[in-house]
Amino acid sequence: MYELKKWFEIPIGSIVAEAGSSMINNTGSWRMLRPVLNTEKCTNCLICWIFCPDDSIPVNREQRFETDFTYCKGCGICAVECPYDALEMVPEMEIKLKELE
Amino acid sequence: MPTKVIALTGNQAAAEAMRQINFDVAAVYPISPQTELMGFFAEYVANGEVDTDMVAVEGEHSAMAACIGAAAAGARVITASAGPGIAYMVENLYIASGMRLPIVLIDVNRALSAPLSIHCDHADSMLTRDSSWISIFSENAQEAYHNLIMSVKIAEKAMFPVIVNYDGYIVSHSIENVEIFDDETVREFVGPSGIHRIPYPLLDVSKPVTYGATAQPDYYTECKYQQHVDFLKVYDIFREVAQEFESISGKYYDFIEEYMTDDAEYIGISMGSSFGTLKDAVNALRAQGRKVGALKIRLYRPFPVKEVARALSNAKGVAVFDRADSFDGIGGPLFKDVTSAVFHNQNRPLIHNFIYGLGGREIHEEEFMKAFDRVERLEKGVESRDHLVEYLQVRA
Repeated sequence: MYELKKWFEIPIGSIVAEAGSSMINNTGSWRMLRPVLNTEKCTNCLICWIFCPDDSIPVNREQRFETDFTYCKGCGICAVECPYDALEMVPEMEIKLKELE
Repeated sequence: MPTKVIALTGNQAAAEAMRQINFDVAAVYPISPQTELMGFFAEYVANGEVDTDMVAVEGEHSAMAACIGAAAAGARVITASAGPGIAYMVENLYIASGMRLPIVLIDVNRALSAPLSIHCDHADSMLTRDSSWISIFSENAQEAYHNLIMSVKIAEKAMFPVIVNYDGYIVSHSIENVEIFDDETVREFVGPSGIHRIPYPLLDVSKPVTYGATAQPDYYTECKYQQHVDFLKVYDIFREVAQEFESISGKYYDFIEEYMTDDAEYIGISMGSSFGTLKDAVNALRAQGRKVGALKIRLYRPFPVKEVARALSNAKGVAVFDRADSFDGIGGPLFKDVTSAVFHNQNRPLIHNFIYGLGGREIHEEEFMKAFDRVERLEKGVESRDHLVEYLQVRA
């Protein structure tokens, strides 16, 4: 966790003076739909990695790894752009309920 | 200081101040009665008499957006608009002040539509009254010229944007004698431009920052509270700059200007060009032996609460003249400000509101005199009122 600044500690104009400050925003908590990856269909073309607006698709040596769900907002752009239909947007609630069962 | 007196319109005087300030960026969109002002200034740009980059944009919303970008980069920025143009700018005005950018905006006051009117009233400026822009009203071309030069310094010391108001056509297109400084005096007074003037210039690549980020509910209140606290510091900063300005001009501009208020029982209050007419009305009534006075609001935002309360502390009756209606069952914007300011006075005067001069309607001293009569009769209980506000100058 990070400490909240007091009113007089905020830089004038509410600017953000530190680089990489978006790391502290757990934007994954907003997600309603989760991109579920079908590894059999995925060809590692990396189109999803190019389009992901939140840099939430980790790639190493030209291989796509599981989406980073700390930051993935579930926007679904990856699923729309995937030429191989390898991503399915599944409601988080369904996944949570299945986990409970 | 070396000065010369020349005949100028309000727009010419403002353009002359802009030439002498020689600022970095002007992003503008034309609208009457501001068009002529930027026309004059565009000539200076085209002739190479200034170093200003003039950006022609597709509307006032974009004009302010470009000003915000340039000011955040570290440029000294002045723009101008009027009436509906100010209305279209409003969203970005709040962004400019929230980002604490020292932009100067000239508002050549114009009425709002409908019905369409290109002529003067203060409805446009009243759209900006809660935007945390410093707002200064000018009575004539001389004051417009002086206020514009001062506003650059006020903006940069306070790190808040400033609106300099002067009445469309009445001031902007009327010729008066204006005392002009030599260029060097103005440039020395405003100081050199450069990215060092602001704390976080985007062009300082060694110190990268983000402007315009979101603030979640855990931060927004603190951001606004800081803006609130700093905006109250504008009073001292305004006086500081006014004192510095006095040393070059010999004229001290306080928040308000009082005319024969010392022993006055009835005081009229106005802003902008009508104040001269109001003083004429006071002179005429004084000649009849009536104890009346006049008060001009020069600094409109932040509102000079203490000074107005003190100036009205011995008055029996007050006539507040608003050049804009609020349509709210209470009264015009200035009326509410004045009423709030005197509410905690020991001797609270009777205050009545008069709406005048809408859409460029001329005001004459006889009309102001009638208003003084009305307030005196209300105060003495000879007449009564259904509402706190009434219109002057309506054909019936």
